[in-house]
Amino acid sequence: MTRLAQALAPFVLIALLLAAWEVACRALHVPIYFLPPPSAVARALATDWAGLLRSAWNTLSMALIALVVASLLAQAVALVVALSPILERAVRPLAVVLQVTPVVAIAPLVLIWAGLDHAGRAIVGLAAVVAFFPIFSGAVTGLKATDPDLERLFDLYGASRLQRLIRLRLPSAVPYLLEGHKVAAGLAVIGAVVAEFVAGSGGAQGLAWRILEAGNRLQTARMFAALVVLGVLGAVLHAVLEAAERAGLRWWRGR
Amino acid sequence: MIAALTDVEVDYPRGRALGPFSLAIDAGEIVSLVGPSGCGKSTAMRLLAGLESPSAGAVVRTPGRGETAVVFQAPTLAPWLSARANAALPLELAGVRKHDAEARADQALARVGLAGAESARPAQLSGGMAMRVSLARALVTKPTLLLLDEPFAALDEITRRALADDVLKLWAAAKPAIVFVTHNVEEAVYMASRVVVMTRGPGRTAGEVAVAGPLPRPPGFRTTEAFRTHVEAVSHLLAQGMAA
Repeated sequence: MTRLAQALAPFVLIALLLAAWEVACRALHVPIYFLPPPSAVARALATDWAGLLRSAWNTLSMALIALVVASLLAQAVALVVALSPILERAVRPLAVVLQVTPVVAIAPLVLIWAGLDHAGRAIVGLAAVVAFFPIFSGAVTGLKATDPDLERLFDLYGASRLQRLIRLRLPSAVPYLLEGHKVAAGLAVIGAVVAEFVAGSGGAQGLAWRILEAGNRLQTARMFAALVVLGVLGAVLHAVLEAAERAGLRWWRGR
Repeated sequence: MIAALTDVEVDYPRGRALGPFSLAIDAGEIVSLVGPSGCGKSTAMRLLAGLESPSAGAVVRTPGRGETAVVFQAPTLAPWLSARANAALPLELAGVRKHDAEARADQALARVGLAGAESARPAQLSGGMAMRVSLARALVTKPTLLLLDEPFAALDEITRRALADDVLKLWAAAKPAIVFVTHNVEEAVYMASRVVVMTRGPGRTAGEVAVAGPLPRPPGFRTTEAFRTHVEAVSHLLAQGMAA
């Protein structure tokens, strides 16, 4: 009973908030372009769903491509850096600067470099920049997070540098890599959406473009509909990544 | 003599960790090393293993590569490897073919009583079983010098007594020299023919107690008068070492 109540609690709250919103909009005669009631958002969702799904896939696929690019780059750089402490000292500050610079700020530059006709490339590039750091950071930490007694054991048996890397440091890094990829995937979607906004309505037709386009026409209900899809996309992605991380950890430690 | 520390001192940036300290280990003997925490027991172990160099003094080691094995306080297993692969690791690092290494690992696991658990991962094993895997990994190279660094410290009393007897049986089969580090006086006496007591850190020798009686220990050894006498002698030296 309590478990059922716990499972239902968030949905009950959402239903209550939606009901209050609907009642308030009607009672106070709020103009529909200012704040549409949930029923109007639902209607917009129903009429636009095909286009919204296409846009969601657009955004998601860009984010996923960016994730793959970021993953390969971050792990390659992390591997080089982890093997040389002096290189790590050299690279760290640059990586941090890259991380703390807001994507919005570098988006116009990347758009120019990618070419205004290739907004897709700019979006992938920007999403990859955002996704790079958590994977890089996780990989560097993970490659150094070996059990010191296991290190001593490798010393004792005279392991070579390559043996140490392949048999000790890479496997030790796996949990950190899983965590890094989970965070990076979420950030890649955010990066893709932000980049779409900067690219404007002329570029790729992702969810941000839907929001901009509907906004320009003052079709507020359609803006909300796109936001709902974006929220669901984020929640589903988060759930999938959590499950993937758990499965990965189970495989890694056999339980 | 298989390994010896002669007047060794180990200095770390935050101060002296050990010494001056001397200890000679004969081939095939079991020596217990007892001392209060922080006296440098583990440092002495790392010197004997060749994992560290002394700041002063001399270390002599006769075992070749792969003939020294260490068991740490924690099982120190790779969580991503099965019990078999963990036990086979020293052989694989030495370039033994995977198939042969795993066959020998299975034999070592059987010797420590883990036949049937070869494909289990460390997370699926109890603390005592994980320690046995660690022991199998140490034995797989047939070492001539086996260094046990408080290997039972994290285990419950029943498990540690069972493991103590098993270690002595395994010793009787292959007769490696064993250095057994502990801060448990009774365990030190039970496990060895010679107990070296260290002072509080930086550790020096507080004294030595020769333990009479057969190894492995016969049942009821803990209740004998001789055992009690040795335990008291070691305790007395420990107390002196603490005051020093």
